[in-house]
Formats: sequence, structure tokens, C-alpha cells
Amino acid sequence: MNRNNHPLFQLTLVRFREFVREPEALFWVFIFPILLAAGLGIAFRNRPAEVLQIAAVTPQLAAPLRAEKLLDVRELSSAEAGQALRNGKVALVAEPGANGAVVYRFDDTNPEGRSARMLADRALQRAAGRQDPIAATDALMREPGSRYIDFLIPGLLGMNLMGSAIWGMGFAIVDARRKKLMKRLVATPMPRPYYLLSFALSRLLLLVLEVGVVLGFGAWVFQVPVRGSLVGLALLCVLSSMCFCALALLVASRARTTEAASGMMNVVMMPMWICSGVFFSAQRFPSLMQPLIKALPLTAVIDALRAMMLQGSGLAQLAPQVAVLSAWLVACFWLALKLFRWQ
Amino acid sequence: MPQTATKAALRVRQLRKTYKDVVAVDDLDLEVRPGECFGLLGPNGAGKTTTIEICEGLTAADSGEVEVLGLHWPADAAALRQRLGIQLQETQLSEKLTVIETIQLFRSFFHQGPEPIEVIGLVQLEEKAKSRVGNLSGGQKQRLALACALVGDPDFLFLDEPTTGLDPQARRQLWELIEQFKLSGRTILLTTHYMDEAERLCERVAIMDHGKMIALGTPRELIASVCAEHLVEFSAGTRAHPLDLAAVSAIDGIREVQHENGSVRMQVTELHRAVPALLAELGRQSVPLTELRTHSATLEDVFVTLTGRHLRDE
Repeated sequence: MNRNNHPLFQLTLVRFREFVREPEALFWVFIFPILLAAGLGIAFRNRPAEVLQIAAVTPQLAAPLRAEKLLDVRELSSAEAGQALRNGKVALVAEPGANGAVVYRFDDTNPEGRSARMLADRALQRAAGRQDPIAATDALMREPGSRYIDFLIPGLLGMNLMGSAIWGMGFAIVDARRKKLMKRLVATPMPRPYYLLSFALSRLLLLVLEVGVVLGFGAWVFQVPVRGSLVGLALLCVLSSMCFCALALLVASRARTTEAASGMMNVVMMPMWICSGVFFSAQRFPSLMQPLIKALPLTAVIDALRAMMLQGSGLAQLAPQVAVLSAWLVACFWLALKLFRWQ
Repeated sequence: MPQTATKAALRVRQLRKTYKDVVAVDDLDLEVRPGECFGLLGPNGAGKTTTIEICEGLTAADSGEVEVLGLHWPADAAALRQRLGIQLQETQLSEKLTVIETIQLFRSFFHQGPEPIEVIGLVQLEEKAKSRVGNLSGGQKQRLALACALVGDPDFLFLDEPTTGLDPQARRQLWELIEQFKLSGRTILLTTHYMDEAERLCERVAIMDHGKMIALGTPRELIASVCAEHLVEFSAGTRAHPLDLAAVSAIDGIREVQHENGSVRMQVTELHRAVPALLAELGRQSVPLTELRTHSATLEDVFVTLTGRHLRDE
């Protein structure tokens, strides 16, 4: 048999053609992550330390506070200052207390309030003659790898790996079942494993483009580093994508309508979007939840990607994440084959 | 059932299939001879599709025996699938692929068979070879589905309602294609609820209703066995002057009088005697005649006579 006529080749080609001829899919897989990275990268770009707005009730307090360059001091009446604090126009109000003391009014859950408290107090104490016992100087570090965009790009990459595998494969399978196309294929001598394998193969081919686009964009526009080996990164991406393919196969194993499948995909992906640390660190969740969060495949993918890209870890150091992904891959694939409905 | 010396292309024995509380196929026996076009007729829900899908190895029977080309499901599935051409009811092929790409895909599953472009020629879609499936008309899609069934050069072709939903011209075109395929001596099993389709294409037909076979034979045999040669349908009478049906039934040479939705339908052997007698009787009763039709019996009439229902009802 001619190689071009091999059923696996033809099935994979069909997958590829269907993907390329779907403009929406191209947008979600290639354009959307770039727009998201660009938007967030601009919104959270590193800026010089911000000047904080504060209010002082008396000129005696305002004068020494103005010596601090990081504070913008406004002199307001007590009532006006309280109003401004409530509206968030100022982060702190300094008022005279009894016997020459000072009272700071601020919201201690607001990080700006806490910073303003420290800066204001330092300025007033120094103006009153305080000497710091230890001499301190600041050495500023603003290098690639420690910015928000460096944190974000591996997160987006992981999210993209998950979304494209689950949506791309899940919808295609359920749609073929709904249209009875799958039943028609099963009525031919097509070897059934080839059908499933064609999805995995086309996914791997598209993976090269998907990962390349996101990493290339990050490196070119924001100089996001890749410190680990590219081979390790490629292997990690392949493992991640196959893991999500198995998950997609499981989600799509029985659904007969795209509506039902869509609901199930959201149920599966929503906890990971929220908990797996795409946009902010998963460490922020209570420690009770941490073992659960660590067991999610997307958490493992993103943790491993960050370690590899930003800290230069190798696959060997990422054994826990690789183990989590392999376990999901094997379990989902096995269960999906048990449950899969071919008609 | 007439016996044949040659081995049957399809043999079904005591086939039974139940879905929850519905008996879809009820102790069905069936035999299709090599080289013939066999029609399964019946209304929607008669069990035609279930029967054909069991024969195609897509549905498992509850009990009974199915032998296709001397082989059995599921033991010989790999060998059987190479030799069967299958068209399912309502398959939607991928709209984003072109005609030739679709054929290439299906062709890749079979060890032998014509080149994709030849198959496209067989179903007369050459001009559409590079068109997306989504841009084809209903008739063209149905011809493409037929082409997908022909790519493996099958010995046995299963067609499940191949012309349902098509306009008359597209149906005629598809019939011609099926007739060409018959000329090459291969076996066809088709289901339909169009009587004219069965009369035109099939050597033998089985009429199914409620999962059972209620008649079997050539279209001519069936018509001759159940019906007189002519049928008369008429409407007569008003609310003030209702028709006396008993008197009409008593007329010599009139049989099987059925009253349905205000119209009367009956079989007669001699049209030239029965119609004047009917008109004379209506004149005697002095009820007005609003409609009168006569036609020679068709398979549709066989079905109505056997079940008292029209095929397209429900």
C-alpha cells in the first residue's frame, strides 16, 4: 500500500484539514493567547515605585512628611481627610495625638496603606532626630525572570495546552458521534485505534506551532527566558498535551450532543483555571487545599514549565510533576477506552 | 419462501431485537440471493433500520443467526468489512473536506477497490471533486455517501433509505446509479418506504410491519396475491344524505371495501362492470358523488390491504 493511502496518514490529514479550515479554532489557539499575554504584560509591566497619596491634618505634620520623596502629602481638614481616606483618594491620614504624639489612620488590609504607614513614620522619626543604628543601601534588581510577565507566560502556555487538547479533541469526537460520522467510519474496515491515534498525532503536530507561538512571542516582545533545556521542554509539552488528550477522550467518551460535552469540559477545566496558578500563584489557596491542587494536571504542567523556564530545572528534578501527569494520562486513557461509545 | 440452489448472500434466522419495552425485530427470517436486489419495505418504526444494522454488524441482536456472504459477526468482522459497502441513514460527512478528500479517506480503509477519481466518476460528481461537502446539494451528498459505500468494490451493498428526502429528479438519478451497480452482478439489500422505488429497483421485496415480515415475493407476485387488478376510490354522500355502504358492498364483483376518512376504497376485478354498477347504486341512493379515482394496484395497495394503513402515515 502506498504511504499516502495509509489509513492513519489519511485520518491525521483529515484532522489537520478540519482544524486549518476552521477560522475560529485558529483564533483561539494562536491569536487569543498572544492577545492575552500582550494585554496582561502591558497592564502589569514593572513601573518605578509609585508615589503614595497621603493627607496631613496640620502644617506641623505636613512639613516633615514632605521630606519623603515617595509620599505626596496633602494638607486637609480632619473631616476632609477622613472623607478622602474612605474614598481611597489617600492611603493614610496623619493626625496629631496627645503630648506631641502622632496618629496614623489607614486600612491595614490595603498594601498601600501599610507602605504609607512605614514611609510616613520613618520620615517623622528621622525629622525628630532618630538615627538608624545600621547603615543600609538598596541594590535594585530588575532582570527578566522575576517579572509578572515571566510568571504569566508559562501559565498561559499550560492553559493553552489544556484548552486546545480538550476543546479541539473533545468537540471533534462528540461532533462526529452526533453526525453519525463515527458510526459510518466504524462500518468500514478502519482500525479503531487509528481513529483515536489520529487525534493524538494531529495534536502533536499542532503543538509545535502552539508552543512556538506563545514562547516566541514571550521571548521576542518581553524577553521571557527559557533557562532549561529545549529538549526537556519539548518532552514536557508532549507529555502534558497527551495527558490532556486522554482527559479529553474521557470527557468525550459518552456524550452524544455538543451541549452536553461543552458542559462537562467546563466542569473539568474550571477548577484548574482557578486553582492551578495560571494568573497568580497557587500558593495563595489555603494549605489544606494544596495537596488537591498539586494533584491537578494543569498545576503539575504549570509548575514544571515555570521551574524549567525560569529556574532552569531539568526533567529529573521535576519527577513529582511528571509522575502526576503520567498517572492522569494512564488512568484517563484506560477509563476512556472502557467507556467509549462508538455510535 | 422459494428455495435456491446457490448459497444465500444473506441468511437471517429467527432474529430478535428489543429496545427497552419495544420489540424492534420479532423473530425475523430472511434470505437474500447472490446478485439480487432485495427490498425491505415498511413504514417508519417497522424495524427495517434495526434489521439492516444488525446485518451490517453495527448492532448486536438479542438472539437469532445472521450469516453474510457465508461469514458471521463478530468473528469474521475484519474480513466482512472489506467486502461490504454500507450507506447509513442520515450520516453527515465532514463539511470541511472536499469530495475527493472524503473519498480518499474512505478508500484508505480498504485493501482493494477503484481509484478515488473513478468512484467519483461512477456517481457523476466529477465537476464537484474539489468542492467542499458543505456546498453540495442534498442529492449530491447522497451520491457522495453512495460513493463512500462503493470505494471498496463491495460484493454486498447495504442501502438504508438511500433516497429519503430527495427531490424527484435526484431520486431518479440515484436509481440509475443503483441500477448500474446491479448490472455488475453484486448483491444489494435496501430499505425504503417508497413503493415506487422498490418496484423499480428490487427483484424481491419483503414487507415489514411491527418487526415482523408480513409479505415476501417479487413486486408482481405480491400485487397479484393480495389485490385484484384494479382499485376504485370514491367519496360520496353528505351529512344529510349519508352513503349506505352495505348496499355498495353488496354489488357483484366488488371486494375488500374499506372506509377511511370519508373516502371509500375497494378492489374490483372488472372496472367496466363495477363502475357503472357503483354509479347506478349511488343514483338509486341519490347521494352526490364528490370524487372518483381508479388505478391499477401497486405495492402501496398491497401494504394498505395487509395492514389497513398507508405507508407514509404516522
